[in-house]
Amino acid sequence: MTATTALPRPVRDAPDGPARPSTGARVRGAGLGRGAAWTVAALVPLAFLVVFFAYPVAVMVGRGFVSDGRLDLSGFADVFARPRTWRIIGQTLAQAGVATTVSVLLGVPGAYVLYRRRFAGRAAVRALVTVPFVLPTVVVGVAFRSLLVENGPLGFLHLDGTFAAVVAALVFFNYAIVVRGVGGMWERLDPRAEQAARALGATPWRAFRTVTLPALTPAIASAASLVFLFCATAFGTVLVLGGLRYGTVETEIWVQTTQFLDLRAAAVLSVVQLVVVVAALLVANRARGRRERALPLASPETAVRPLRLRRRAGEPRDDGLGLERAAAAVTALVVALLALPLVNLVVRSLRVGDGWGLDHYVALSSVRGGVTVTVWEAALTSLRTAVDATLLALLVGGLVALVVSRRPRRPAARRAVAGMDALFMLPLGVSAVTVGFGFLLAMHQPFGLDLDLRRSPLLVPIAQAVVAVPLVVRTVLPVLRAIDPRLREAAATLGAAPGRVLRSVDLALAGRALGLAVGFAFAASLGEFGATAFLARPDRPTLPVVIFRLIGRPGPESYGAALAASVVLALLTASVVAVCERLRRAGEGGEW
Amino acid sequence: MTGPTVRRTRASRPTRRTAALLGGLLVPALVLAGCSLTDDDPQAGAPTPPGSSGTAGATASPELGGTVTLVTHDSFALSDGLLEKFTEETGVEVEVVQPGDAGALVNQLVLTKDAPLGDLVFGIDNAFASRALTEGVVEPYRSQGDAAADALGFAVEGDTDGALTAVDFGDVCLNVDDAWFAKHDVEPPTTLDDLTKPAYKDLLVVPNAVTSSPGFAFLLATVGAKGDAWPQYWDELVDNGLKVADGWSDAYFTDFSGGGGNGPRPIVLSYASSPPATVPDGADEPTTSALLDTCFRQVEYAGVLTGARNPAGARALLDYLLSYEVQVDIPGSMYMYPVASEVVLPAGWTLWAPLAEHPFEVAPAEIASKRDVWLSTWSQTVIG
Repeated sequence: MTATTALPRPVRDAPDGPARPSTGARVRGAGLGRGAAWTVAALVPLAFLVVFFAYPVAVMVGRGFVSDGRLDLSGFADVFARPRTWRIIGQTLAQAGVATTVSVLLGVPGAYVLYRRRFAGRAAVRALVTVPFVLPTVVVGVAFRSLLVENGPLGFLHLDGTFAAVVAALVFFNYAIVVRGVGGMWERLDPRAEQAARALGATPWRAFRTVTLPALTPAIASAASLVFLFCATAFGTVLVLGGLRYGTVETEIWVQTTQFLDLRAAAVLSVVQLVVVVAALLVANRARGRRERALPLASPETAVRPLRLRRRAGEPRDDGLGLERAAAAVTALVVALLALPLVNLVVRSLRVGDGWGLDHYVALSSVRGGVTVTVWEAALTSLRTAVDATLLALLVGGLVALVVSRRPRRPAARRAVAGMDALFMLPLGVSAVTVGFGFLLAMHQPFGLDLDLRRSPLLVPIAQAVVAVPLVVRTVLPVLRAIDPRLREAAATLGAAPGRVLRSVDLALAGRALGLAVGFAFAASLGEFGATAFLARPDRPTLPVVIFRLIGRPGPESYGAALAASVVLALLTASVVAVCERLRRAGEGGEW
Repeated sequence: MTGPTVRRTRASRPTRRTAALLGGLLVPALVLAGCSLTDDDPQAGAPTPPGSSGTAGATASPELGGTVTLVTHDSFALSDGLLEKFTEETGVEVEVVQPGDAGALVNQLVLTKDAPLGDLVFGIDNAFASRALTEGVVEPYRSQGDAAADALGFAVEGDTDGALTAVDFGDVCLNVDDAWFAKHDVEPPTTLDDLTKPAYKDLLVVPNAVTSSPGFAFLLATVGAKGDAWPQYWDELVDNGLKVADGWSDAYFTDFSGGGGNGPRPIVLSYASSPPATVPDGADEPTTSALLDTCFRQVEYAGVLTGARNPAGARALLDYLLSYEVQVDIPGSMYMYPVASEVVLPAGWTLWAPLAEHPFEVAPAEIASKRDVWLSTWSQTVIG
């Protein structure tokens, strides 16, 4: 991205412009073998998705639709006849809709302040707002509820167990997606268009509304659809903060599967969820399509200015200071609110009886509370699992991004590429319970092979990789798509072999984005709980699993240790995010 | 979401790049993954010779050995070294699999009964016992362990072949924060009926009966106490300001005033064995106590899984769970009472964690047939 913007011509061609003549017969001649290579590149990730996602989900959902060996779709009529089903669907859409709207309304000023303006401590704030995104829901549930409970610090708001509490937690998780998604775009937007509008007499607000906002709309829509996806499938947060009253399709699938063993209802609800998710993805794809139009971009150096909060003498009025102040105030408030549950977590972890101390942290080194490993051992397991998950996600996601970044000539192939892009987003939107139970059913003699993979140590990282692949794709793909093909052509003309072109152009430019993708996949894997809880082998539980077990045991010591372990997990993920932030700052990156 | 760009690369053609990238990513990935995954399994150390000594009630037989997989719930725990000791004595390695809470556990076993997840299950309680028996997930075995005779006293009605063997039990009861009641000069409640009185308005928190197994146990207590009139009782609880939390820990640590989280409510659903955990440092009495007229008795069973790959190992491990050695450990590690009547309980327990004399009871068969109806009625009544 930076590399291309550093080229003398920052303005790009429209995507529907005339096709550039290809570099000639030399490339065309080797087409057949290369076609095979691309097919392999597409088939490897597809095979991964089919074996470790589509197949288990199909087996699990299939169980619900087959009774006595016959297909039985009467579940649909049954489930849709229950008033509760409609209430749940309505609630899912309402919660996700409101949380997405609030995230966008708060996130856009945040994107401006954190990406378009410069101030001391900006990197720290950027890392801070990202921490919630990777915190496990068990931890957030504790941190939130103890704030909101009747005599808690925010008890006077009477939000405990309300719709507002659930929405607040969802915004807490997803604010970073909007800030980073929109911010990444905004910091590269050429400021001259807006300046021109202002020079022609537009007020700052009008210039923002008529020039900047339309340019940002695709980025906003795209981030919003991702937030919507995460909110619509939120599970732990909703259960802890809203109970079943504010249940979603996801929590209902969990209840029907694990508590009632009503696989028919669970299968119907899974299909409902899939429909919602696919709809959200279609919106996302449209938004992406619009976004890929030509936009005047500049390097961040020319667009980012110091944050101004007061007017110096002699500066003209009506210069947008009010807007800037408002954005700064909103962002400061949001950051304070985001920090509150995190600080609360730390404070509570330091509470020992009626006093204060580090006892709970000291206790992390001992085996306790019915967990067979210390918290440090669990942290190590988490890190190792995350390494495996990240490598798998990187391999699969890297290939997906590489394939999807190409624009084949044949319309059918082009549609296939677009379909593949959407396909790999699906794991974000399918219930973890369905996937987890599906693994249990499908991984015993998968495809009729005489293998029992259900207790294989590889299954946990694989499950986490399935979730991390979309993050890798969304991080690497923008950079690969941004690479000006003229760079590759130039390299080829100068005599570079195709492999060399790939190495010195694609890999070199996408390298930093890959680093960023590593960080995110790693952090997401560290915090992953849903699938892991089903599969983690107890001789090697991961940190979130240990926290969950500690928190479920009597005695203030176990509880204190769980809180301290949560702080360790938060610090671990925060460090990973901070390292990502450095990588990103050093160069190009996607929008994470 | 794509990056802030802009143009589609129409001119690109398929090339050998793919192969290069495949190589570039695949090789290091596999090497690194190999590094961390092929590392030694901590439980798969050098196996001890089989049948070295057949203590702990496990009758060493020639076929003993290999690995036995124990499928259990999230709360299973034994003191460090106990399972290793079993391995030393029998040559059988133990692998523990904990797929969720008691409900999720039984449901997973039902779903996978054609290809069981392990050899022995522990943690099926009386609320799920009938489902496990009807579905045939466990097979008959009469344990030879030290406490086998005591365990028979807890047999599930109708389980004539002895497919489920009781290992421990406990009472799910309301707990009160005595300090709170002393401070506010209010008499603590003693019965279920007290809870609907105005004096106890807005003071009670219980876990959700649908998502938490102690929560369901309390629902059963009210079914046992009120019969078919239980929904009306819950209506009255709701009118009197009942609060429902998601799970036990949420209720006990966040909402309860005596759980260390300084919550607002002084009455919580927990266990008869919870009070000993609330003795403050330097004090000699707990700050909470259990209401023994509000209890439902939970019994936890173990059973050899139908189709187990190592049934002999599973039987040996079941015997070991009934050995005095393990039974003594159960109060401290799982907060439950051992079935072995000869076992001496921890000092605090005899003083502050007595069992209910007349816990409420509901027949397992009735639970099995009405469970789902009760839960949805409860949901409609309480959650709305």
